[in-house]
Amino acid sequence: MQIQASADIQSSQHIVAQVSNLNKSFAGKVALNNLNLSIEANQVVAVLGANGAGKTTLINILLGRLQADDGEISVLGQPAGSLIAKRQTGAMLQVANLPETLKIKEHIQLFQSYYPKPMDYQKVMDYAGLQDLQQRYSRKLSGGEKQRLLFALSICGNPKLLFLDEPSVGMDVEARQGLWQAIRDLKNQGTAIVLTTHYLQEAESLADQIVLLKNGEIIKRGNNDDFRASVSHKLIRFASKLASTHFANLPAVAMVSQSGKYISLQSTNANQTLQALLTLAPGIEDLTVQGAGLEEAFLHLNQNKQAVNLQTAVGA
Amino acid sequence: MLNTNQNLNALHDMDYVQLARLYWLETKFEWLKTIRNPAFSLPALSFPVIFYLFFGVLFNHGNVQASSYLLCTYGVFGVMGPALFSFGAGLAIERGQGWLDIKEASPMPASAQLISRLVVAMLFSLIIVISLSVVAVTMAGVQLQLWQWLTLMAIWVLGGLPFCLLGLALGLVLKAQSAPAVVNLIYLPLAFLSGLWMPISMLPGFMQNFAQFLPPYHLAQLALKVVDLDAGQDSWQHILALLIYAVIFFVLSRLAFNKKAR
Repeated sequence: MQIQASADIQSSQHIVAQVSNLNKSFAGKVALNNLNLSIEANQVVAVLGANGAGKTTLINILLGRLQADDGEISVLGQPAGSLIAKRQTGAMLQVANLPETLKIKEHIQLFQSYYPKPMDYQKVMDYAGLQDLQQRYSRKLSGGEKQRLLFALSICGNPKLLFLDEPSVGMDVEARQGLWQAIRDLKNQGTAIVLTTHYLQEAESLADQIVLLKNGEIIKRGNNDDFRASVSHKLIRFASKLASTHFANLPAVAMVSQSGKYISLQSTNANQTLQALLTLAPGIEDLTVQGAGLEEAFLHLNQNKQAVNLQTAVGA
Repeated sequence: MLNTNQNLNALHDMDYVQLARLYWLETKFEWLKTIRNPAFSLPALSFPVIFYLFFGVLFNHGNVQASSYLLCTYGVFGVMGPALFSFGAGLAIERGQGWLDIKEASPMPASAQLISRLVVAMLFSLIIVISLSVVAVTMAGVQLQLWQWLTLMAIWVLGGLPFCLLGLALGLVLKAQSAPAVVNLIYLPLAFLSGLWMPISMLPGFMQNFAQFLPPYHLAQLALKVVDLDAGQDSWQHILALLIYAVIFFVLSRLAFNKKAR
């Protein structure tokens, strides 16, 4: 039965890892509840959710570091955590510190030796942007540089499946752009990537599939557009001489905020709000109307679990 | 289907050259990592020699027998340090940092981690006992036959194994912050009570009896047998005691490891 399942997975080339009906509890507390997820080649899956939503538990089960209570798990057609799976997997986990008295170059050489077909050393350096730091001891690295080293270690083995847990923490803008470019390149070469992040712009700019976890359940999955569409709010932005309080009572306005002379309204019905707005203050300038971003969607979904459950039920 | 799987497996096999390189690099970098950490390497390398210089050479000036006796016991003291600290404190700290999680998620064989630490602890032991021997010959006038030197070296270095296993068990149990302190709290009393700092016959009777239960005592007695200064028990009793301790520490490590995995 299980052999059959893994054969099926191998025959459908693009699925790299799959979990079905996955359950896991810790001391009676449910961490993952009946979870289903497919991870495909050439795709970035972003797993989002608040702390304690089950992201780390899911990754640890896929890495074979935790045993699931029940459910089926297949990683590259192998049991999670098997040597063959590990030799095709890379993992960038959150680490407080690395052994301080080794140089970056040495760390990477060591990890390359763990894999049958390691990635070329220069290529690792280029992807991770570490060319100028090769001789640096890891105790002398900043938070962002340490993350770059951990990223380098995770791609050393030319992984078909790559786990990135909060990869850009502590990185400056330039390093983050470099990391994102590397992730896109790896994805385009066929790597399946599982990304967890608190930084929604990261998911927005990288992910092909977004999965939102809450209390161990997937409360929403889809791409960027699906997520945005799940929030019916529109963002109305304009410049006005009037104070923001004047706009709070317009019809369908859910929230008002102001930065400088610009005022932003979140509207549940843009048509109604706009009509009333133009009547109230015909002199406004720089008017724009846009859909909500992932951040708004995320907040909205995470707060209204009931509503979302209904939506996913309808969607399914 | 079976065929595909076999091909697939072969694709991800590593040949002997690759595996040998893996173990070599793991050991090389474990060595560099350790030697570059002065907080560990300086005390580990210098304390046994300095202690021996004071208590074994200067305090016993001209008493070659006392210097020979203490050479054997300080050798045991020196060997215990790297075993307990590299395995115990070193492992606990890397575990606490989450670094071992990264290693575990990688395809590194668990044995590479153990063998590299074992080899490094033994290399440190060798450097320590050779330094002690040089001090003993040049400054205390200790003179032994070649076979005695070789036997002593073998006893010291191989005798470090039970302490490596004790260190491993501690490294898997202790918290990173407290590990160095706890290891010291075990290391130093264990050394004193086993008669490594002053001859066991100078301790009160009940302490001499108690020492029978401590592994360093038995290793020291084995070493003392080589220079004919031991307390007179049979070698096999000491070897058996050390083996029993090695098994106990190994089982404790397994239990700690399994507990961690769950």
